[in-house]
Amino acid sequence: MKLSVISFITLVISSSIVKFDLAPQDPLAESISRGSEIYEDFCMQCHLPDGKGVENVFPPLAKSDYLMNNIEASIRGVKFGQNDEIVVNGKTYNGFMQPMGLDDDEIADVMNYVTNSWGNKNKDMITTEAVAAIKK
Amino acid sequence: MKNFISTLFFLTITLVSCAQPAESEIKADAPETMNYELEVVIPELTNPWGMVFLPDDSILFTEKSGSLFLFQDGLKTVIEDLPEIYVRGQGGLLDVELHPRYKENGWIYLSYASPEGKEEGGHTAIMRAKLNGNKLTNKELLYKAVPNTKKGQHWGSRIEFDHAGYLYFSIGERGQRDVNPQDITKDGGKIYRLFDDGRIPDDNPFVDINNAKKAIYSYGHRNPQGLVIHPETGVLWEHEHGPKGGDEINIIEKGKNYGWPVISYGVNYSGTKFTDITEKEGMEQPVFYWTPSIAPCGMTFVTSDKYPEWKGDLLVGSLKFKYLERLVLQDNKVIKREKLFENTQDVRNVRQAPDGYIYFSMEGTGIVKIIPKKQ
Repeated sequence: MKLSVISFITLVISSSIVKFDLAPQDPLAESISRGSEIYEDFCMQCHLPDGKGVENVFPPLAKSDYLMNNIEASIRGVKFGQNDEIVVNGKTYNGFMQPMGLDDDEIADVMNYVTNSWGNKNKDMITTEAVAAIKK
Repeated sequence: MKNFISTLFFLTITLVSCAQPAESEIKADAPETMNYELEVVIPELTNPWGMVFLPDDSILFTEKSGSLFLFQDGLKTVIEDLPEIYVRGQGGLLDVELHPRYKENGWIYLSYASPEGKEEGGHTAIMRAKLNGNKLTNKELLYKAVPNTKKGQHWGSRIEFDHAGYLYFSIGERGQRDVNPQDITKDGGKIYRLFDDGRIPDDNPFVDINNAKKAIYSYGHRNPQGLVIHPETGVLWEHEHGPKGGDEINIIEKGKNYGWPVISYGVNYSGTKFTDITEKEGMEQPVFYWTPSIAPCGMTFVTSDKYPEWKGDLLVGSLKFKYLERLVLQDNKVIKREKLFENTQDVRNVRQAPDGYIYFSMEGTGIVKIIPKKQ
């Protein structure tokens, strides 16, 4: 009996490993999933869970023309802080966003999350290397 | 049947009204008249988190990104030999305060996000040190919260001394809402009290409880970024950030539980609820709550003769709405609120200096002084 329980457990474990091997996750989907946790920790308090921000205070990320047309500048803002006046969906924002102290891989993940959420779509995955290459 | 319908009606109303958090009872308006204006004292700062005034009228201030500056005779000097600072999320170099007898002993107190410890990440630390030229010397680590975490939120970090010379500081719950604030054996979500040299007073409320963090003075807090001693009563006042709604002003009493997250006037950022109750036996009610949140940071009581209309009032910075809030109090209740200096920048800190003037600091701007309007 004991033996059969052990072999059953072994079977379950090995089959799940096999299953995992057979269907590796898409790297973009994995990055987006890690990015959602970073978003909740570092971004959501101002940009809100629906990415809509607060009009005239915190710019929206959801369907944001600025974000989707200026991905490199947006990465630079997350990495080094954002203090320049920007126009987002026709509204001017001149607030200050401090740098969050995130590692390059975390910035890549959270950028993949925001550029693929709330109606945004960006199939070109942002990589850690691309974030590392962006200088002040 | 009629009874059933009326019950249903009542239930519907109750449910609908509960889904909308109750707004603050007193609303903030623009002042009818304004006799003051702003003078820029230190321009071009990024995030001036803490500031304090030295006896020679120079200003010692922090930048959250990890620098300490002395501003003297119009010049900014970088202070060297700081402790290692963990800059992440809302953490970095935070508050700065002087010992009440600074003139005699030269002690400066700093709060900051520290990576010290075994785990990855960081937690709030309190250090005292002395200023020798442009260097920090005689560094003594007085408190370091544990365990470190890579979470970005809620470091708290205001430092304040009371009239008897006790050292108080706040540490936020570090993004661990359901773990830290209600557990006195864990750091975070607490106000702490120590002697000026870091020793724990024998009459701290939890010194006799096994495994408790003996430095705790009160608990059940979320993220307190305002601490000030009432100039007349000598009692500690605090404010803390709520989530969406439910920012609070509290009067801090020894050993009391301020309820987070069991009771709250706020809801999750998404609008869903995390609690159904706003009050409970054994948990303190706030003096005032802000819904919608203003994101309060820094506070001071006005005692100076420079601002006769504001004397006795409380000033609080709003990080979110970019103004300085004036709260008029009567019998420890807020009876009037005003938005001063609207459309400036996110207000990080506000203090009354020994010269009687009120200074406040703004993110992406600098430190300004409130002066009477020139005729």
